[in-house]
Amino acid sequence: MAQTRYATDKGLIARMGATMFLLGLVFVAFVVVLVEVLLRFSNVGNSGIIVIAVLLGGGMAFASYYWSDKIALRTAGARLVGPTDSEQAARLHAVVDRLCALANMPKPRVAIAPTYMPNAFATGRSSKVAVLCATTGLLDKLDNEELEGVLAHEMSHVAHKDVAVMTIASFLGIISALLVRFAFYSELFGGGGGRGRGRSANNNGNALPVILIVMLVGMVTYAISFLLIRLLSRYRELSADRSGALLTGRPSKLASALVKVTGEMARIPVKDLRAAEPLNAFYFAPAFSKSMGRSLSAMFSTHPSLEKRLAELDKISKQLSR
Amino acid sequence: MGFLDTLLGRTKPVPPNLDALFALPSAAITLQAAADFRPTGTGSVCFRAAEGRAFADIEHDVRDLLAMDSEAKSAVRLSKDSYGYTWLVCTRSPDEIESLVTDLHAVNSSLEAGGFGPLLLCTLVAFTDAAGRRLGLVYLYKRGTFYPFAPQTGERRDNALELQVRGALGDDLKIEPDLGRWFPVWGAPGL
Repeated sequence: MAQTRYATDKGLIARMGATMFLLGLVFVAFVVVLVEVLLRFSNVGNSGIIVIAVLLGGGMAFASYYWSDKIALRTAGARLVGPTDSEQAARLHAVVDRLCALANMPKPRVAIAPTYMPNAFATGRSSKVAVLCATTGLLDKLDNEELEGVLAHEMSHVAHKDVAVMTIASFLGIISALLVRFAFYSELFGGGGGRGRGRSANNNGNALPVILIVMLVGMVTYAISFLLIRLLSRYRELSADRSGALLTGRPSKLASALVKVTGEMARIPVKDLRAAEPLNAFYFAPAFSKSMGRSLSAMFSTHPSLEKRLAELDKISKQLSR
Repeated sequence: MGFLDTLLGRTKPVPPNLDALFALPSAAITLQAAADFRPTGTGSVCFRAAEGRAFADIEHDVRDLLAMDSEAKSAVRLSKDSYGYTWLVCTRSPDEIESLVTDLHAVNSSLEAGGFGPLLLCTLVAFTDAAGRRLGLVYLYKRGTFYPFAPQTGERRDNALELQVRGALGDDLKIEPDLGRWFPVWGAPGL
């Protein structure tokens, strides 16, 4: 019986698996094409930039993986708090304590960012060094159960090791972006400058096409992997929603927190625009391109749309009360 | 969590470990001998009430079961804390710790049979000594371990007493080895 109540979402898992498979496929294709190009035109000596791109990309990915907690805390201007530091900190700690006991997870460090924007994030390469951060806006606007829903979502990110998964996934994107840039620069400077070898190769009619091919391959790979990474990120968000909701047993509390948080976020810029309300009719495009814009922006965004997340949470709620 | 679960972003809810509760009566005797703490006769089960009809039905059944089973010898009280957790508090006379543990276990098994085992948070049995110091033995379902919790006035805890109890009960109960998981439960009903 416990099996049916906590059924895994097979569709979500299948889609996520397919996305990862495609990412892997793009990666393999990328490597194969590069090696092929290099083997065919080995006299060019361009392999140097590829080695540098891979090393640098690897270094960047590793740094963002290893110091993810420190980088995120620094960017958010958050500081770590203990349970006795303030009333807010005590409340946050109490909610996290209970969640850890429910989920049998080690307790992450807890931080608060002094921002009015209601938001929360969790980073850290493993659950031992994870940091859970909430903004003061979030603590002010949500009640305890909604706060718990949001934190359960963030703790699911920690449990799913999303920092590691997304770092590995974005590794390919970083390398191909670097490669495009290096190929561009080496064409500008290396080809034209003091290197006689590059020049002579250019005269042979080899160097230019090779650089172009490398750039083209890099661009295409970057574009495809970018879309796939965003898709993967949206799936990870959905599954964190799911695990968080199942952990607390209150999907609708997470849903109401989402509505509050995104509603608050959407309302902030509107305040400035209110004076210009009559002009809006001229600014905003008609319905046809609005829907197109929406689907395009959905493809590029890291989080699923609010409607999608609420619909998924509704499903879980129904499942739980069956 | 396995590698595939991590990769595909799914968590399996952690099932509770129920049987360790029955070690409590013998631990109570040891505690009385070693530190002169006696049970107060109060015990509580803390769980996360899921939304929806299914859970409400089970909760109702459990209350009926306990109220019927013990013929007014035990009182069952339901209370909610400010974090949204439900506490089912059972009260018996202080010398009936075996029956108390049986009551608590009945709650656990009902929830587990209904498929809500993962929502169990902890069980707490209250003790007190002649000087009026309070001590709770908290059982963490997901870890299958106990830890002592001794609240003082204000949100402070008597760490010395807690460590003393750990020493005393080490042979009777599986005490949580990771001190970082000795979560305080301030204002727990029945403590």
